[in-house]
Amino acid sequence: MIEVDNLTKLYGSVVALRQVSFRVDQGEIVGFLGPNGAGKTTALRILTCFMPPTSGTARVAGLDCQQHSLEVRGKIGYLPENVPLYPDMTTRRFLAFAAAAKGVSRSRRGQEIERVMEVCTLTSVAERLIGHLSKGYRQRIGIAQALLNDPAILILDEPTIGLDPTQIVEIRSLIKKLGAERTIILSSHILPEVSQICQRILIINNGQIVATDTPANLTVQLQRNLQVYLEVEGPRTEVMQKVEAMAGVLEVKPTDGESSYLIETSRGQDLRPELARTVVESGWQLRELKLQDLSLEDIFMQLITDEEAGEEQE
Amino acid sequence: MKGIYVVYRKELYRFFASPIFYVVAFIFLALVGYFFYSSVAYYSLLSFQAGRTPFLSEQLNLTDMVLEPFFGSICVVLLLMVPLITMRLFAEEKKTGTIELLFTYPISDRGAVLGKFSAGVSVLALLLAATLPAMFLLEAFTNPPWPTIMGGYLGLLLTCSAFVSLGLFASSLTQNQIIAATIAFGALLLLWIIGWAEALVGPTLGSFLKYLSLLTHFDNFARGILDSRDVFFYLLFTLFFLFTTLRILESRHWRG
Repeated sequence: MIEVDNLTKLYGSVVALRQVSFRVDQGEIVGFLGPNGAGKTTALRILTCFMPPTSGTARVAGLDCQQHSLEVRGKIGYLPENVPLYPDMTTRRFLAFAAAAKGVSRSRRGQEIERVMEVCTLTSVAERLIGHLSKGYRQRIGIAQALLNDPAILILDEPTIGLDPTQIVEIRSLIKKLGAERTIILSSHILPEVSQICQRILIINNGQIVATDTPANLTVQLQRNLQVYLEVEGPRTEVMQKVEAMAGVLEVKPTDGESSYLIETSRGQDLRPELARTVVESGWQLRELKLQDLSLEDIFMQLITDEEAGEEQE
Repeated sequence: MKGIYVVYRKELYRFFASPIFYVVAFIFLALVGYFFYSSVAYYSLLSFQAGRTPFLSEQLNLTDMVLEPFFGSICVVLLLMVPLITMRLFAEEKKTGTIELLFTYPISDRGAVLGKFSAGVSVLALLLAATLPAMFLLEAFTNPPWPTIMGGYLGLLLTCSAFVSLGLFASSLTQNQIIAATIAFGALLLLWIIGWAEALVGPTLGSFLKYLSLLTHFDNFARGILDSRDVFFYLLFTLFFLFTTLRILESRHWRG
C-alpha cells in the first residue's frame, strides 16, 4: 500500500532523513517511533505530499507522491502534528469545509459530518468555536477531519498528545477499530502506546530507521542480558558481595527500595534457583524473586544509545 | 483549479468572522463619506457663485468637480486598506500551520490561490457597493452621468483586483502578517506614484515608468474614459502577481 525507497530529505545542510526505505501493507497498523527531531514528521509530510523528498521515491497505492499528488492526497486522511485548525470556525463549519475540500458530494456531506462527529464524540461541541475548545477536543476534531470521506489510509502524527488518560484510551481503541479495515501509520514518542496499538514498529533516530519488527520480536531480539529482580531481607553489603561472587552474574544494582536489587546475568542463563539457594543458605529472608522483561522503553534507549556510541567511534 | 470554490467559501466566511473586516469597512466608508460630502459641498458652493459669474458656470461640471475626486480618493483609501485585507490570506495559514491542512487536502495550488484571490476581490466589491448610495444621493438632486459612474466603478473593481493580487503575493512571502501588509503597501504606493519620476529619466524609461504607474491608468477611468489599454494593464498586472504567487507557493517543492 505504501512503498518508500531511499528517501532522503535535507533542510539546507541539515539531514532530516537519510536513505529511508520501508513498506506498509494494506490493513497494517504501523508505528513510527523516535525521539523528537528524529525525522518522523518529515517522513509523514513527504507521504502526505506536503513536501517533496530531496531524493528517493514515496508511493501510495502505487501512485508516486510527487507526480500524482492530488490523487494521493485524496486517498489519505492526515492528522498533522499540533493539529492546526481555524479558530474562528465552529466545529461543524470546519468539518463542512474539510468535507468539501476532500470532495465529499454535497448530498452526502451532512451525513458524513454527523458520522465522524459521532465517532469522535464531538456532537456536543458542534456549534462551538474551535478557538474556545480544549486541546482534547481540538485533537479529536483533527482526527474527525482525517476520517472524512473514509480514506483507505490514515496518517496520524502524534494522535494522542495532549489528551487526558480516558481520552487516550478512547482514541487508542478508536484507532484499533479503524485499523481493522484501513492502513494506518502513526507516529509517537510514547512507547507503550505504540506497542499497544501497532502490529509493527519502525524505530527511527537521526533520520534513519534503526529497527523494524513487531513489538514482541523487538523485545526478544534485543534482550541481550536477563535481569532478575530480587527482594531480600539481609545486610545490604553482604548480600551484594555474595551475589556478585556468583558465576554468571554481571552486575548487581541496588534499587530504590530498601532491600531490593536488580541483578543482570549473562544471556540464556536463569540464575533464579541458585539465587534462591544462596539466600536461604545465608539465613536471609527471601521476599521476591522474578525475571524482568526488558521493556520497549529499554530497547528504545538501547538502540538509540548504541547508535550514538557507534557514531562517536567513527 | 480543483478546490477553488471550497477555498473561496472558507475565505469569505473567515473575512466576515474576523473583526479586521468590520474595522476596515467602517473606516473606509467613513473616509469615503467625508470625501464625498466635502466635494459635493464645494461643488454647490461654487455653483452659487457661478450664478453671478456666467463664464465660470461653463467650466463647472459634476464629473470634474465631484466624480473624479470621489473615485480618486476611494482609490487612495483602497491603497491603504487592501494590504490590511489581504495580509492574512497566506501569512496566517503559514503561521498557524493550517497551510499543512490545506495542502494535504486534494486542492490544487491554483485552486487555493484563485479561491483566496476571488474572496478578497468579493469583499472589496462589497465595500465598493456600499459606496453606491452616494451616487443615488446625487441622482436625487441632479442628473449624474451614469455611464461615467459605471466606468469609474469598473476602474475601481479592476484596481481592487490588481491590489488584491499584489497583496496576496506579499502574503505568500512571509508568515508575518505585518510584514505582508508593509510589503504590499510599500509596493502599491511605489507603483502608484512611479510615474512622477518620468521627468527625471530619459524619454524611453520615462514613458515606461508612466505606463507602469497605477495612477495613470486609473485617471482615465475616473474621468469616465474606457480605454482597452487600461483594462488590459490591470488584467495583466493581476495575472502577473497571481502567477508569481503560484510560483512562490510551488517553491516549497524545491526549496530546502
